[in-house]
Amino acid sequence: MSEKSRLRSVVNIFLKEVGIGVVLLVLVVAFSLGAPRFFSIINVANIFTQISINTVIAVGMTFVILLGGIDLSVGSVLALCSIIAGKILVNPELSFGMAIVLSVLVSVVSGMLIGLINGFISETWKIHSFIVTLGMLNIARGLALQISQSRTIFNFPKAFNDFGTTTYFGVLPAIFLIALILVILGSIILRNTVFGRMIFAIGNNEESVRLSGHNVKFYKILAYTICGGTVGIATIMYMLRMSIASPILGVGFELNAIAAVVIGGTSMSGGKGSLVGTFLGASIMGVLNNGLLLIGMGDFARQIVTGVIIILAVILDTYRTRFSAMLND
Amino acid sequence: MAVDNIIELKNISLFFPGVKALDSVDLDVRKGEIHILLGENGAGKSSLVKTICGVYKQNNGAMILDGETYSPQNPLAAIQSGIRVVYQEFNLLSYLSIAENIFFEKLPRKNGLVDFKRLNADARKLMDKVGLNQVSPKAPVESLGVAQMQLVEIAKALSGDSRVLILDEPTATLMPDEIDTLFDLLKTLRDEGVSIIYISHRLNEIFRIGDRVSVLRNGKMVGTHPAEELDIKSIVKMMVGRSMENEYPFDETVTPGDPLLEVNNLIFKGSPHPKSFTLRKGEILGIAGLVGSGRTETMRALFGADPKDAGEVILHGNTLNIQSPRNAVQSGLCLLTEDRKQQGLILDMNCVENTTITDLGSVSSRGFLNKQAEREATEKQIREMNIKTPGIDQKTLYLSGGNQQKILIGKWLFRDSEVFIFDEPTRGIDVGAKYEIYLLLWKLAAMGRGIIMVSSDLPELMGVCHRIAVFSDGKITGELERKDFDAESILTLSYKEYLHA
Repeated sequence: MSEKSRLRSVVNIFLKEVGIGVVLLVLVVAFSLGAPRFFSIINVANIFTQISINTVIAVGMTFVILLGGIDLSVGSVLALCSIIAGKILVNPELSFGMAIVLSVLVSVVSGMLIGLINGFISETWKIHSFIVTLGMLNIARGLALQISQSRTIFNFPKAFNDFGTTTYFGVLPAIFLIALILVILGSIILRNTVFGRMIFAIGNNEESVRLSGHNVKFYKILAYTICGGTVGIATIMYMLRMSIASPILGVGFELNAIAAVVIGGTSMSGGKGSLVGTFLGASIMGVLNNGLLLIGMGDFARQIVTGVIIILAVILDTYRTRFSAMLND
Repeated sequence: MAVDNIIELKNISLFFPGVKALDSVDLDVRKGEIHILLGENGAGKSSLVKTICGVYKQNNGAMILDGETYSPQNPLAAIQSGIRVVYQEFNLLSYLSIAENIFFEKLPRKNGLVDFKRLNADARKLMDKVGLNQVSPKAPVESLGVAQMQLVEIAKALSGDSRVLILDEPTATLMPDEIDTLFDLLKTLRDEGVSIIYISHRLNEIFRIGDRVSVLRNGKMVGTHPAEELDIKSIVKMMVGRSMENEYPFDETVTPGDPLLEVNNLIFKGSPHPKSFTLRKGEILGIAGLVGSGRTETMRALFGADPKDAGEVILHGNTLNIQSPRNAVQSGLCLLTEDRKQQGLILDMNCVENTTITDLGSVSSRGFLNKQAEREATEKQIREMNIKTPGIDQKTLYLSGGNQQKILIGKWLFRDSEVFIFDEPTRGIDVGAKYEIYLLLWKLAAMGRGIIMVSSDLPELMGVCHRIAVFSDGKITGELERKDFDAESILTLSYKEYLHA
């Protein structure tokens, strides 16, 4: 490798992965200076907790967006899964351990099943996933309300609630560790497996992948199924944290997840992005929310700033892409 | 007598990187004549038309329009000078009305709003002129048939003060009686003083409406003659008459063996004529024919890329059930599409990812990729095929056309297919890379693979192939062994189905 091309690849990697990390770093430094409490152990642990659920949903969302699709149903599916899992968890006929294991399993499987349905419909009838999952958003919410009779479920087993508030070494909440593990696992799948390669390839040029002899439909449906599965996991994490299950949970979660993915540099048209980026994207959103609150900004203003940041991040990304193309010319 | 000519082209040359599209072309079109422009695929007809109507700027030469220097900076300037083109593909806005489409560039206005009364009245006049008298100008274009859309295009072209009307293959999609109507209209327009440049593959049409005929070959003007002095034979001769240079490798020692692939009575949507052919081991079978004669469509149907209605595909004596490209690939077939960028490469991915995509199973275990093996396989491929790239991590987007094509061939070599279908493998790549691709085809043949090569470059097919099958208007009109190769007979076969209107 020549000196120039080595420099080029270093710059490329920097732009690709670290670029968004710099934004996060700047925010952290700024808030640390502006609000003394921001960098305290308690607050850092707090931020970790706050970003966990969005991170997990965004992991699944990244798979779908990398394919050029979208999943708007995640928030409602979370509510539906919580109702199903919650009912199992408080079932007096089940033993303690059994109830916990079963509720986790059923939540994940339900999420995957809904994802599978989303993917199957979208692929079989060639309907854009935006429409299919918009429909599913309503279906899942309606089902959740119907099944629960719009009642909240609580009084979960104590061991369950306790795990939800466990924090290791004072800064690492249990649910954050789950999120971290999923980011790493997802990253390995995307980078090192045949399935991951297919996701990127299909997102870039579906027809070419089809003509290369691959079952594009299978891989696409699998990606939606994985997205549903992460929602199932996020559901349990949410119940761990809040100790309730309710049909009105998760409203707007799809937008937060999409925002995290997009801020993380994943292209909405598919084929380009990473889970590290998604994690950084979710972190930026969490840090912003928390930091702005600590420096005394009101709810309304925070929402405005968050919106501005989303747009700025994407504008920044177009410059990054152009700059990296320039380097390669 | 320069006044008699509406447009004169003097010494026009047009270059693209690596290609001379037009080479010192002279052409004059008289006022009120129908001038037929002929030439094989890639002879330069489209380039010439696009130069006249301001899409391309010639590198050399000058144009004179009605006695004045004419140098359009863009298509709009050409339109304003009274030069209109009706392209093969329609440029109509299907949800708008006929009237709106005809006058789209200059909708009549009143008080800042569109004056629909005048618009529809003006459109009515033009529509009557072109024979669209049974339709309302308010009807949306999408409600029309193909022939009527063609007439709307022509009406649109006449909406300004058109002095030169250029028609590119206007009859390709028309029925015989619709063609009659069109020809009557063209003759009327000619008698009113409009000059028409008419491009068509259907040689018989020349004698029905042509006043004079110009033939292009390899970007050069072969000559212009009055239509009545010509017959089909002399025209074909003019189109072919090039000297065959020995720029193609042919290895006498590689002789085709047993039948490898048999295709029997293949039928698919839009192509009702059953097509059959056989490919032998170690054979390079060329597929000749005009653009649009069904060559690409047949290969795609064979490969399962598009659905087929009927037909049997036999490989090694076993009947294959090919429903998708996946079936085809698993059976040992591969297709290199004519469109490298849209259907071949994944441009934003690198050489490794593009090479191994055909057989990820061989570089992975339990679903996990062995990236080292991938890199080694790609490096080997790049070395053996002499692909020029700064590194295997380079995105294929940044490679030259020839190297992109080699990556594509390489990806199917990586899979080690038995039947290679190449659709226009040398289109748009430079001479050196072309030669290397011919050598690769020969290497595959020597290995006992079967190769089908679709090409619009006739000398190339004649130079490289063992056998050539000729397509004409969705039929296979003939097959020639190498010893019988003859450009004239191949072209005659190519035009065969277009002769009876």
